[in-house]
Amino acid sequence: MRNLVPILTVLAAIVAIWWLAVAPMNIRPALDIAERGGAVVVPEGSVERRDVSVWKLMLDNREHVAVGYDLKRPRLPTPTQVGEEFWKTTGAMVAKGRAWSKRSLIYHAWVTLQSTLWGFLLGTTVGIVGAVAIVYSRVMDRSVMPWAIISQTVPIVALAPMIIVVSNQVGIEGRGVPKAIISAYLCFFPVLVSMVKGLRSPTEQQLDLLKTYSASGLQSFLKLRLPASVPYLFTALKIGIAAALVGTIVGELPTGAISGLGARILIGDQFGTPLAIWSALICAAILAGILVTVIDIMQRVTLRKMGFVS
Amino acid sequence: MGTNNKTIREVESGVSSVISAKNLSLTFQTNDGPVHALKDVNLEINKGDFVSFIGPSGCGKTTFLRCMADLEQPTAGEITVNGVSPAEARKARAYGYVFQHAGLYPWRTIGGNIRLPLEIMGVDKAEQDKSVKEVLELVHLEGFEKKYPWQLSGGMQQRASIARALAFHADILLMDEPFGALDEIVRDHLNEQLLELWARTNKTIGFVTHSIPEAVYLSTKIVVMSPRPGRIHDVIESTLPKERPLDIRDSPEFIEISHRVRDGLRAGHEND
Repeated sequence: MRNLVPILTVLAAIVAIWWLAVAPMNIRPALDIAERGGAVVVPEGSVERRDVSVWKLMLDNREHVAVGYDLKRPRLPTPTQVGEEFWKTTGAMVAKGRAWSKRSLIYHAWVTLQSTLWGFLLGTTVGIVGAVAIVYSRVMDRSVMPWAIISQTVPIVALAPMIIVVSNQVGIEGRGVPKAIISAYLCFFPVLVSMVKGLRSPTEQQLDLLKTYSASGLQSFLKLRLPASVPYLFTALKIGIAAALVGTIVGELPTGAISGLGARILIGDQFGTPLAIWSALICAAILAGILVTVIDIMQRVTLRKMGFVS
Repeated sequence: MGTNNKTIREVESGVSSVISAKNLSLTFQTNDGPVHALKDVNLEINKGDFVSFIGPSGCGKTTFLRCMADLEQPTAGEITVNGVSPAEARKARAYGYVFQHAGLYPWRTIGGNIRLPLEIMGVDKAEQDKSVKEVLELVHLEGFEKKYPWQLSGGMQQRASIARALAFHADILLMDEPFGALDEIVRDHLNEQLLELWARTNKTIGFVTHSIPEAVYLSTKIVVMSPRPGRIHDVIESTLPKERPLDIRDSPEFIEISHRVRDGLRAGHEND
């Protein structure tokens, strides 16, 4: 709870900046509407105003700035508008018993969450297994590690359609699997890097000690390397779950998906409904926050149980 | 530890050599050319001896200890532990090793840490419990079994790491500057306890140190080493009685031995 005050302060600052930014962002459409409604606007005509800076427009038309805070299709919606839209597509849907309707963000978030969790599971598994292989095999260290790094330089947006096409080609129905693969592609890397570091964290002295006991390779893995890597693993999982969510949303963007938060963002863009984009964004942010918090709690509980935290 | 009587008899007759090094050399190949960590080292350690290795950095005292433990491979010469090669002795779990840093696993309790070698060696649970209890008592850490390492002071952690080395009843205890990171008062206290432990268990102890008083206070035999190449400069048989209260360090005998050690260390530095 101690963390709540700073977090809320930052949140309040973001909302304040956002709210202030609405005025310059929306001044042009606001003046267009005011002019159409018969008000006097300086300078007259949408084309004339194109060359005037938004600051001058705001200064010269102070009485019309407020119109920008109540547009139907704003360039930048106000926090209140987004909040209303978000409520309309979540809480209000639940109240009406339509939480699983295709118009409900809860439904779309659920679609995205499923892929995220599958991708997270897949990516984490690949990351951990890869790290073990890298730590125990020089060949793997030399061959896999560079490719793992290179893999992260390829833009996922470029890769996503290819993954969809390939998985279609090999007869995988639906978008769940390819989305999970795309998500795993982003998620495995932080897990791999952290686990390599974690598995290598025991000191020379700790390894020597096990040698004096004539411990087998498996014993030193299970009794030393694996437990020593746990704090590293959890830090990686927090980054990994966020990356998996981003991966899933990106996976939903260029693939013609109709459900999921990524699809909502794309559809909102295509139909010119910024409110839909923004509420999907907020929904994704909340989802990410929940996922990271869940792992954070798991981390605290596990590490305390293991005696790591003082 | 039912062999105590036999051990004492052997020490008294002075026949049983536990560790024996003949012309032992170890050369590290580095980018700056070969480094002679050990050159033609000869030493006999008898059962029940408390042998200290003292010398400046780079004299090979730690390397020598690591050779006994099969953690380092000599490049020439011969070394036996309990009459067999260090590798065989290690596999037979002939020695317990204590490092400079306690290196307790933070995710295990003190009891769990002491249990570690026993688990690895496949000792059954009841036997583990018995051993843990026994060695905790030896290092005066009764009641700390369920505590985590961070709940203990540095000196207590090091005692726990000694207990861990004692847990599987090896007859040899190899200690590499175990108290080097501790302050003087704690160190005195632990030295006293170590002597008491040695008297009770009759182990053969190899002890690497930087400190002259520590070496003189603890040892039956002090091995003074010098660097470049690492070699034995002098071996001093202590004339101090086995029973040693802390104030023995003010006795003329103690001061005389300390002088001899200091002279040896100085002479070893002459060619610097």
